[in-house]
Amino acid sequence: MSARTESLPRAPAVGSTGAGLGMGFATAYLSLIVLLPLAALVWHSGKAGRSNFWEAVSDPQAVSALKLTLAVSTAVCLINAVMGTVVAWILVRDRFPGQGVVNAIIDLPFALPTIVAGLTLLALYGPNGPVGVDVAFSRTAVVLALLFVTLPFVIRTVQPVLLELDREMEEAAASLGAGPLLTFRHIVFPNLFPAILSGVALAFARAIGEFGAVVLISGNLPFKTEVASVFIFGRIESGDAPGAAAVSVVILLISFAVLLGIGALRRWTTRHDRA
Amino acid sequence: MAIIGRSLTKRFGSFTALDEVSIEVAAGSLTALLGPSGSGKSTLLRVIAGLERPETGTVELDGVDVSGQAAQKRGVGFVFQHYAAFKHMTVRENVAFGLKVRKRPRAEIRSRVDELLELVQLAGWADHYPAQLSGGQRQRMALARALAVEPKVLLLDEPFGALDARVRKELRGWLRRLHDEMHVTTIFVTHDQEEAMEIADQIVLMNHGRVEQVGSPRELYEEPANEFVMSFVGPVNRFGESFVRPHDLELRIEPNGETTEGKVERIIHLGFEVRVEVQLEDGRDCWAQVTREEAEQLELAPGESIYVRPRRAKVFQAI
Amino acid sequence: MHKWVLRLVGLSYLAVLLAAPVGLVFWRTFEHGIGPAWDAVTTPAAKHAFVLTIIIAAIAVPANTIFGVICALAIVRRRFPGKGIVNALVDLPLALSPVVVGLAFLLLYGRNGWFGNWLTDHGIQVVFALPGMILVTIFVSLPFVVREVVPVLREIGIEQEQAAATLGASGFQTFQRVTLPAIRWAVGYGVVLTTARALGEFGAVSVVSGHIVGKTETATLHVEERFRSFDYTGAYAASVVLALLAIATLLAMSLFKPKEATR
Repeated sequence: MSARTESLPRAPAVGSTGAGLGMGFATAYLSLIVLLPLAALVWHSGKAGRSNFWEAVSDPQAVSALKLTLAVSTAVCLINAVMGTVVAWILVRDRFPGQGVVNAIIDLPFALPTIVAGLTLLALYGPNGPVGVDVAFSRTAVVLALLFVTLPFVIRTVQPVLLELDREMEEAAASLGAGPLLTFRHIVFPNLFPAILSGVALAFARAIGEFGAVVLISGNLPFKTEVASVFIFGRIESGDAPGAAAVSVVILLISFAVLLGIGALRRWTTRHDRA
Repeated sequence: MAIIGRSLTKRFGSFTALDEVSIEVAAGSLTALLGPSGSGKSTLLRVIAGLERPETGTVELDGVDVSGQAAQKRGVGFVFQHYAAFKHMTVRENVAFGLKVRKRPRAEIRSRVDELLELVQLAGWADHYPAQLSGGQRQRMALARALAVEPKVLLLDEPFGALDARVRKELRGWLRRLHDEMHVTTIFVTHDQEEAMEIADQIVLMNHGRVEQVGSPRELYEEPANEFVMSFVGPVNRFGESFVRPHDLELRIEPNGETTEGKVERIIHLGFEVRVEVQLEDGRDCWAQVTREEAEQLELAPGESIYVRPRRAKVFQAI
Repeated sequence: MHKWVLRLVGLSYLAVLLAAPVGLVFWRTFEHGIGPAWDAVTTPAAKHAFVLTIIIAAIAVPANTIFGVICALAIVRRRFPGKGIVNALVDLPLALSPVVVGLAFLLLYGRNGWFGNWLTDHGIQVVFALPGMILVTIFVSLPFVVREVVPVLREIGIEQEQAAATLGASGFQTFQRVTLPAIRWAVGYGVVLTTARALGEFGAVSVVSGHIVGKTETATLHVEERFRSFDYTGAYAASVVLALLAIATLLAMSLFKPKEATR
């Protein structure tokens, strides 16, 4: 997410008519695929008047689902902030056999279908699991599923920053008398923090909307383990599309606000770069 | 504080950076580690600082063997070629860092930082970030930062290498003046022989992980120990086994029995100095450095015959 | 030593969360031998599900690739109003819950949706049929090629293209011979990510497909259906196939990955 401005063209990369056609195609494509459905969603959420919107959104089950989703997603992001940094650290600063393989499987949650992810977690940590641990149908299960799908985000945003980090800064700190812990706290961490924030933002957006990984292992018990996406799915199945749309819009707004907040925090922590 | 390194060896994989290097630096002196890239000078500096561990050998600071000590315990100030500024901290915070680590009281830190910023002429920049400073300013900040904790020895790794020529010359003289004021034992690494010659009390010339010669700038220039030293420290003409400095090559219009005949190829006017490129009768090329007056007197022109005679030549015994 | 603690903590986390569960599914699938597993994956329903998944991906991925390259070129090389909105729209699929995506398409193309009546009048079935599933899959896998190509285009700058122009190359020739080769690894990586996403989509297709076994079930929906029917072997077997595809994707990602992420 660089702050560089777009380069102004001197010569178009594609010929003028070609470019015009291409732009037209891209615009139509984007509108049809993304813009229109989004507009339909927002419009329908307000359908049948204001009162129905508020009714749908203040339904106790909906509120419970929203609260649970936010709480669990926040917890997952905090865990990711710590563990993601740890894993990125051992991949960049350490050297051990099989490191390349470990680095590759980090991307597994990107590649594996969410329903399969949920199934695998259920197989191991659910009833009939070989290790005797059964967290199925509990909030722990939801956390577990979300940790799985959000695993790569912080790791992948921190890795490049860690790689680029000027080792001489750490050597300078050492020459000035700082031990490894102080050096990490005052030198390394402040420079990693913006990247961690970026990763957390991505993880949060993913976590609050996750469906496939959660739907099998959590049991979807209303007021207990039902997350917002599952609640919305339930509303759709019951034929209450406007209600589902209303709750969807609320989630969208919340995640929008959170992402803006994280973005602002990130810009503040990198103000020294733009000085 | 005196520094002694004995038989230091450092390898990186199959590459030997230091090969049984020994070095002695007198307390309060300004020493240059000079040499081409890959000669081991930076490695030697980092070994002294404790940023690298040597395979063999010891390092003594003021008679104390510090070989087992990590960098943070040695009390050395280190300045890096690319400044290693803490880019997320202001200039003030950078300079204060070492004092904060030592948990000095806030008032003391503040006054010391102000004092140092005055010394390095960055007083108005205290609350700026390194990104807002020029290269020369950043390096002065790095120096202030290193001096803040009153190090017993100051080590600088090609401190002016990343700066442009004019700033480099300014800071070079400035470092010498600073040293004269503070008398901290200082070692700096450079590949620029002019820089070393200009400000160092003592030069340690290195090549391929070994020390070639140690001495004052004058000693290295006038009495080089071998061909490498002579050609590194100044320009040189080679005549078989003999090495002659261009300003020791006399040019005459008439032969006198000791001269060799040659033809003037090119005359280059470099301000107050004139360079005359000559091709000798046996086909070898050489060049002489003469003053403007001498060049005028000789009325030199390309294509003309000229007679050259070395005033001083050095021959090195093969060891 | 700090090093060992970090290694232990980091690697155990990955083992517990990633390696163990996936490993177990492979184990469970072949617990009773290859026979039952193979049978489970070759039932008509299963075969249809995999074929359907591939068909959807075969349409979504090329479409998003072409769009992705054009859009990236537009974003980096052209000026136009509303570029911020375009960026936001391209990134939107990454922020939306798949269920919400499905819902949005239902509200657009479904019976009571904006286009619902028009589609019914013309006898075109979008939701609860293949077209709807293709559309949502395109939506969720839209951003990847764009996001991979944009930074590369920015990085290489326009100088090479300008050089080509001064040497007499037409716009298209420049694109073909200068721009395209420069971005091909980024495009390749983007295609891999797009394909993985398309093959693995669950939530959105779940909403728009209608779950008609043997007709509108993708491989992922098939996994769920088998699970809910208590046919665990069937669910695991299909999962293994998808997991193998995922591993193949990981390998492809390692090949195309733009930067080294470890020393």
